[in-house]
Amino acid sequence: MRWVGRRLPRYEDPVLLHGNGRYVADLARGARAMRFVRSPVARGTIRAVKIPPGALVVTAADLGAVKPLCPRLLRPDFVPIAQPILAAGRVRYVGEPIAAVIADSAAEAEDLAELVEVEIDQEIPVVTFDQALAVGAPPVHDNARNNTIIDTGLDTGDVASAFTAADRIVEFAFVSHRQSAMPLEARGALAAFDPATGRVTLSVSAQSPHLLRTGIADALGMPESELRVIAPDVGGGFGQKVPLIPEHIVAVWAARRFRGTVAWIEDRLENLTASFHARDQLLALRGAFAADGKLLALDADILCNIGAYSNAPITGALEPLMAMSELPGPYALPAYRVRSRGIITNTCPMAPYRGVSRPVITTAMERLMDTAAARLGLDPLEVRRRNLIKSFPHTSPTGIVQDAGSYREAMEVAAARADIPGFRVRQQAARAEGRYLGIGFSVFAERTGYGTPTFAARKMEITPGFERVELAMDPSGFVEARIGASPHGQGLKTTLAQLLADEIGIAPDRIRVIAGDTDRTPYGFGTFASRSAVIAGGACKLAATKLRERLKEVAAQTLEAAASDIEIDDGRATVRGTDLGVGVPQLARAAYHESHRFPTIIETGLSAVATYDPDGTFSNACHVAIVEVDVATGKVAIERFVIVEDAGILINPTIVEGQIHGGVAQGIANALYEQVIYDEGGNILTGSLADYLVPTMAEIPDLEIHHLETITDASITGVKGVGEGGAIGAPGAVLNAVVDALSPFGIEIFEMPITPQRILQLLQERPSPPQ
Amino acid sequence: MTDKMDVSFTVNGEERTVCVEPRRTLADALREDCGLTGTHLGCEHGVCGACTVLVDDTPVRSCLMFAVQAEGARVRTVEGLADGDKLHPLQQAFWDHHGLQCGFCTPGFLMLAVGILERDPDIGEAELREALSSNLCRCTGYQNILKSVLAAAAAMRK
Repeated sequence: MRWVGRRLPRYEDPVLLHGNGRYVADLARGARAMRFVRSPVARGTIRAVKIPPGALVVTAADLGAVKPLCPRLLRPDFVPIAQPILAAGRVRYVGEPIAAVIADSAAEAEDLAELVEVEIDQEIPVVTFDQALAVGAPPVHDNARNNTIIDTGLDTGDVASAFTAADRIVEFAFVSHRQSAMPLEARGALAAFDPATGRVTLSVSAQSPHLLRTGIADALGMPESELRVIAPDVGGGFGQKVPLIPEHIVAVWAARRFRGTVAWIEDRLENLTASFHARDQLLALRGAFAADGKLLALDADILCNIGAYSNAPITGALEPLMAMSELPGPYALPAYRVRSRGIITNTCPMAPYRGVSRPVITTAMERLMDTAAARLGLDPLEVRRRNLIKSFPHTSPTGIVQDAGSYREAMEVAAARADIPGFRVRQQAARAEGRYLGIGFSVFAERTGYGTPTFAARKMEITPGFERVELAMDPSGFVEARIGASPHGQGLKTTLAQLLADEIGIAPDRIRVIAGDTDRTPYGFGTFASRSAVIAGGACKLAATKLRERLKEVAAQTLEAAASDIEIDDGRATVRGTDLGVGVPQLARAAYHESHRFPTIIETGLSAVATYDPDGTFSNACHVAIVEVDVATGKVAIERFVIVEDAGILINPTIVEGQIHGGVAQGIANALYEQVIYDEGGNILTGSLADYLVPTMAEIPDLEIHHLETITDASITGVKGVGEGGAIGAPGAVLNAVVDALSPFGIEIFEMPITPQRILQLLQERPSPPQ
Repeated sequence: MTDKMDVSFTVNGEERTVCVEPRRTLADALREDCGLTGTHLGCEHGVCGACTVLVDDTPVRSCLMFAVQAEGARVRTVEGLADGDKLHPLQQAFWDHHGLQCGFCTPGFLMLAVGILERDPDIGEAELREALSSNLCRCTGYQNILKSVLAAAAAMRK
C-alpha cells in the first residue's frame, strides 16, 4: 500500500468545516483586552503621553529593562537597527505602538485608547527612495548612514567586455509597489499567566512558535522554560506572521506583570497599516544581449524599501540579499554585476511575503527577456531557450548550486498547452474587432528547503535551517509525530501523515501530527520559505526508518524470524515468503507491556528522533497567462492561465495544486490589483479592504496545472518545495501578457501592479494609433 | 453606550436572549455572548465576508448588523449546518474538493453558499461565481471553492 501520491482528503478539514476551529480570537473569550495606541504621524518626537484617569495603560516607561528588538547579520556592512518595544522618544512610522491600554472588553479598551492623548512634534518624513537617498536626507536612525542598512554587491565575469561586445543593450527600471500579505485572520496574541507554575502560555497567530519563545524570553530576560508558545489554528500567514513583534512582548510582559490573561486581537486597519508590508523594490536593470538573444551580462542596481525597522530575527536585509543572489533565476549568466541596498524609511517595516523578492526579480527578469525579444525581433521563447540553464547541477554566478530541474521542458510543455499559433490567429481576429488579447510567459526556478548553510552564508545571527521530528508509537499502535514546523493552512499534517505511513508501513489515519506547541514539539523553526515538506518531511523519513527498524526487531522476536526478513505494510508485519504475520498494534502492545522480551529496543522503545538539514533544492515552473485588455477602461481580464510545474515527487497532488492556486491568486493580485499607497506625509491611504483591493472569485480564473517530475538527490524524499512558486511566477506572465496585448500601441510596462488607471495613463501618454 | 438591552432571537433553532450594548454587532453577540466562535471576523467593515451568517435565510455580514437589529430573527451559523457528525452537503463538498486551506474564510463561504443555493438551487456557474465574489479567501485562489459549491449544488438537487 503506497500513500504518497494520493489525493487524500485532509485530516485538518472536518473540525474547520464544523466551525470548531480554534483561532486566537476564539480562545480569547473572557480575557482582558489589550489595545495599542499607535503613532498617528510618520516621523516626530513624542512630547507627552496623557493617560485618562483610572485607565490601565502601559507605556515605554513601565517596561523598564525590557530589551529592544535588534536583529543582526554578522557582517560588517550590516547596520543593526534597534526597535523599541513601545516608542518613547522618536516615532518612525504611522502605526508604531506607543502605549497599550488594558480593559475588561475590546470595546472598552478601544474607547480608552481613543482618550489617550499623544503629543508629537511632527517632522517631514522620509517616505520614498529619492527622499531617503537625497543628499542631506534626514536620518531615520542616527546609526544608519544614507538611510541604508546594507549596501552590498557582486561583480563576476567580465561585465564591461560583455557590454562592449553586445549587439543590443536593454535597459529599464522596474518598480514593484508595496503590498501586504493580508492573511484573512489578522494577527493576535493571548498571554495567560498561570499562578500555579509561574509560567505564561502565549497563544499566538504565528508561523514560528519556537523562534518567538526564544525572542520573547531574550527580550524579557526570562528562561524559555517559563514560556509556552502555542500557534493554534492560524488563519493564513504568508510570511507576515514569522517575525517577533513588540505586541507579543507587551502581551507576555503584561500577563506576568498583572498575573492574569490579556488578549491583543489585531483589527484590519492595524493589519494593513502597522503589521508588515512587502515587495517595495526598484530594480535598475541593464542586459547585454547578443543578436541571437543570448544574455551576455546583467548589470543590476537593486533598492529595497525595508521600512522603519528591521524585522526580527530575519532582518530587513533579507530582501536585498535574496534579490541580489537569486536574480539570475533559471538563466545561465556568464557575467553579473549587482549592487543591492536595503533602505530605511518612515514607513511600516517589511517582512517576508510569499516568494520574498523573487516575485519582483522574476517579473523583472521575465520583462527583460520579453523586452529583449521585442527589440531584437526574436520570439520571446527563443530568447529564453538561448539562456535557460541546460545542465545540472548548475552553479550560478552568485555561487548557488541548482539541482536537477526541467526548466526548458516546462516551458515547451506550457507553450504547447497554450497553443501559441492558435492564439496568434485569435489575437489577430480580435484586434480587427478592436479587442486586445495578449499572451505572456514566465519561467522561474524556486529555491526551496533552505537549510542552515544558506542562512549561515547570509551571516544570519540565527540560522533557521534544520527541522527535528519525534515519533512515538503508543501501545495501541498509533503514532504521534511531533514536529518543529508549524503549518497554518497548508495541509502539512495530512502531507506528513502520508509520507510517514509509507515509511512506517501503517495507514495515515493511525498517525497524528502534533505541531505549533513549544511544550509538545521539538525545537524547530516553523513553516515558511517552502521548507516544511522538504525539511520536516525529510526528518520524518529519517525518523520513520528508525521506528520501522525497531518495529521489525519486535516482529522478528515475536515471529521467530530474522529482522532482515520482516516486511511491514498496511499495519501488519510479515515474514517474507511465508504467511506468518502479526498486526502492528499487537507488536506495539508487546513492546510496552512485555518489554523484557525485546532487550535491543529497551533503550528507545517504539520511538525515534531525527533531524534533517539539507542544502536546499529548486523546483521550477512556467506560467502562461492569456489576457484581454479593455483599452477604453484599462481593465485586464485573465482568460486563461496555464502552469507547468516541477516540484519533484508530489506527496498529495491536491494539496500541491492548492498551494499553486493560492500563490497564483496572490501573484495575479500583485500584478494587477494590490497596492499599499502612502501620501507625502507618510499616511496610508489604503487602510481598509475597500481601498486595498484583494481579488475575489470574479477576478481569479480557473488554473490549468500540469505536473512534471524531476527526481532530485538534493532532497532525501525527492520532494521539492512548492509553497511560494505560484506567487513568484504569476506576475511576470500577467505583465508580459498585458504588454503583448498592448503591443499595437507600443506600450512597455515596467511596474506592478498595473492598475486600470495606469494602463489608461500609459495609453494616453503613447497615443500611437493601433497598427 | 453602556446601557445594555435584552435581545431575543433564535440561533440554529435555539431560543437565545442576550443582554448587550446597543453598539454590539451581531457577530460579537454570536461569538462573545452565544459562544459560537465559528463565525469569524476578518475585516469588521463588511468587505471580506468571513462573518457571513444567515438572518431569516438571507446571507448578511454579521459585522455590519447590530445584535439589536436581530430581535425576533432566525439566525443560522456554521455550527448549525451539520447533523451531528454528518456534514451538510456543502461542508462535505468543501472537504472532497479541497475547498479550504487555513479555514478562516470557510464558515462565511459556507453560509453564503447555503443562502445562495437555498434561494436558487439551479443557479448557473457564471451567476454563482458572481455571487460568491462577495467574500474573500486568501489561500485557495477560489477555484476549489467554486468547484465545491458546484458539486454541492448538484448533490443537493438529487
